Amino acid sequence: MAALEKHSPARNGFDTDELARIRADFPGLDQAVHGKPLVYLDNAASAQKPRAVIERLSTFYGHDYANVHRGVHTLSQRATEAYEGARESVRRFLNAPTGEEIIFTKNATEAINLVASCFREGVLEAGDEIVSSLLEHHSNIVPWQLAAERTGARVLPVPIDDNGEFLLDRYRELLGPKTRLVAVTHVSNAIGTVTPIAEIIRLAHEQGVPVLVDGSQAAPHMAIDVQALDADFYVFTGHKVFGPSGIGVLFGKREWLDRLPPYQGGGDMIERVSFAGTTFAKPPHKFEAGTPPIAQAVGLGAAIDYVNGIGMARVAAHEAMLLAYATERLSAINSLEIVGRASRKAAILSFNLMGVHAHDVGTIVDHSGVAIRVGHHCAQPLMDHFDVASTARASFAFYNSREDVDALADSLKSVQEIFGR
Amino acid sequence: MSDDLRELYQEVILDHSRDPRNFRELPDCVHTAHGENPLCGDRLDIYLTLDGDGKITDAAFKGRGCAISMASASMMTEIIRGLDMEKAKALFERFHDLVMGSGEADISLDEDDLDKLQVLAGVRQFPMRVKCATLAWHTMNAALEGDAVASTE
Ligand SMILES: Cc1ncc(COP(=O)(O)O)c(C=O)c1O
Repeated sequence: MAALEKHSPARNGFDTDELARIRADFPGLDQAVHGKPLVYLDNAASAQKPRAVIERLSTFYGHDYANVHRGVHTLSQRATEAYEGARESVRRFLNAPTGEEIIFTKNATEAINLVASCFREGVLEAGDEIVSSLLEHHSNIVPWQLAAERTGARVLPVPIDDNGEFLLDRYRELLGPKTRLVAVTHVSNAIGTVTPIAEIIRLAHEQGVPVLVDGSQAAPHMAIDVQALDADFYVFTGHKVFGPSGIGVLFGKREWLDRLPPYQGGGDMIERVSFAGTTFAKPPHKFEAGTPPIAQAVGLGAAIDYVNGIGMARVAAHEAMLLAYATERLSAINSLEIVGRASRKAAILSFNLMGVHAHDVGTIVDHSGVAIRVGHHCAQPLMDHFDVASTARASFAFYNSREDVDALADSLKSVQEIFGR
Repeated sequence: MSDDLRELYQEVILDHSRDPRNFRELPDCVHTAHGENPLCGDRLDIYLTLDGDGKITDAAFKGRGCAISMASASMMTEIIRGLDMEKAKALFERFHDLVMGSGEADISLDEDDLDKLQVLAGVRQFPMRVKCATLAWHTMNAALEGDAVASTE
């Protein structure tokens, strides 16, 4: 019976030995904070790095480093192969048809700004509409507002219900003859809602409207197939999928990448330059002006290879177990209110303790070694919807354990002790 | 619980945060400013009335934020009432040194007012929280300078 109990979580998640092996791959997890073992539950902000990534960066810089696409010498060739190899890893990760449709940027924010800037220059006109949602991170709101301001277009947010569910009916009403683009998230960073993205895309395409998906919070948690989704643009950011910071990805359908004007001008993005006129390189290079984040891309490739080694399906299963357990443990705490109860959620749990500000919660649990994010999570329209200034957010990765959830729940008790609630 | 935490969340602070003093608007007051901490979304408004000699005759605030920012605002309104405005500004500087842990290493405080603020010295151990403690003071300063908005950034 004891053995059965010990193994029952393994039906859905990793078993104890496997989880221990995975955790051993992440040196950052193995440390004490304020004298307590670190419990890292701030993965939605940024994830820890596996040794495979750290070592890949080190060998790349130590042996294979040079500029890419520019030299005939051996190191430049090695660096180019590594960089383009990373593009191929990303292509497979997203199941994109071709590597030409994978553009490296510095992060998700730049990927969105790239599309916004190209739409501003080449597509949007006064009176046009961009449909977004209340679930968005600021980085999928502000670039569209800026583009709208410059062109006389408008940004219309799809509302959500009190569970944090994307309202498909209201979305349908917002789609119209003036809609030029839909820009919505796949997973909410603040409350974990998984949006009905396939349906969102299908409905937009019925009206001939392209869709940009912000996959920053989906990529760490689930398998992504841009062809099955039929997404026109899909972005994510490297540091949240266990890769380095300074690297992001934009997938764009070839027809769009051909049609849109270049983003920035410079080296690498040209075919031929003369003062009489310049012709541009084909995608992806058309959108990658200047020396790219070479090592960061290579590190991202290593991160993706590592995650693929575990398997996204198993990652998703383990995290579903963690989310269910965390929801159960935290729901049992008096005066704790979970913010966001969508039917489909990634392993992100936002909450408030009645009468205690999230910042105080964050400071106090940190002293138990528990790292969570507190604040508005760069999603102020969403906070306004729930009429809160901030929340505390625990966000999980596949290396988290049930013990991590227990540590969080226990640390919340000391908040209650201090505040006497 | 750690000593650092105990020092940060002293009973006096918890009491002020639960039951903030002078938590109201002052209608028709000219010296008012809005303060925001963009990092965490704490926001408050400070209201001051001054007499002809530049003495603060009343001080109040409204807003929402963490225990530290609310307690700090509450205590500040109590302390600056009756102070000359130049004295209030000077006190802000001393308070700033106190929570930053700068100035003299061990600031010995003879003045009564600064003494009362000593309970907030615990934030020194929490660099990420210093702005919570100083938000009300920055905003008070802005109100006295005639600026409408203060930000901790
Ligand atoms: C949903 C979502 N979109 C976009 C971003 C922006 O990512 P980055 O800051 O790496 O550009 C984030 C992360 O902060 C996010 O959670």
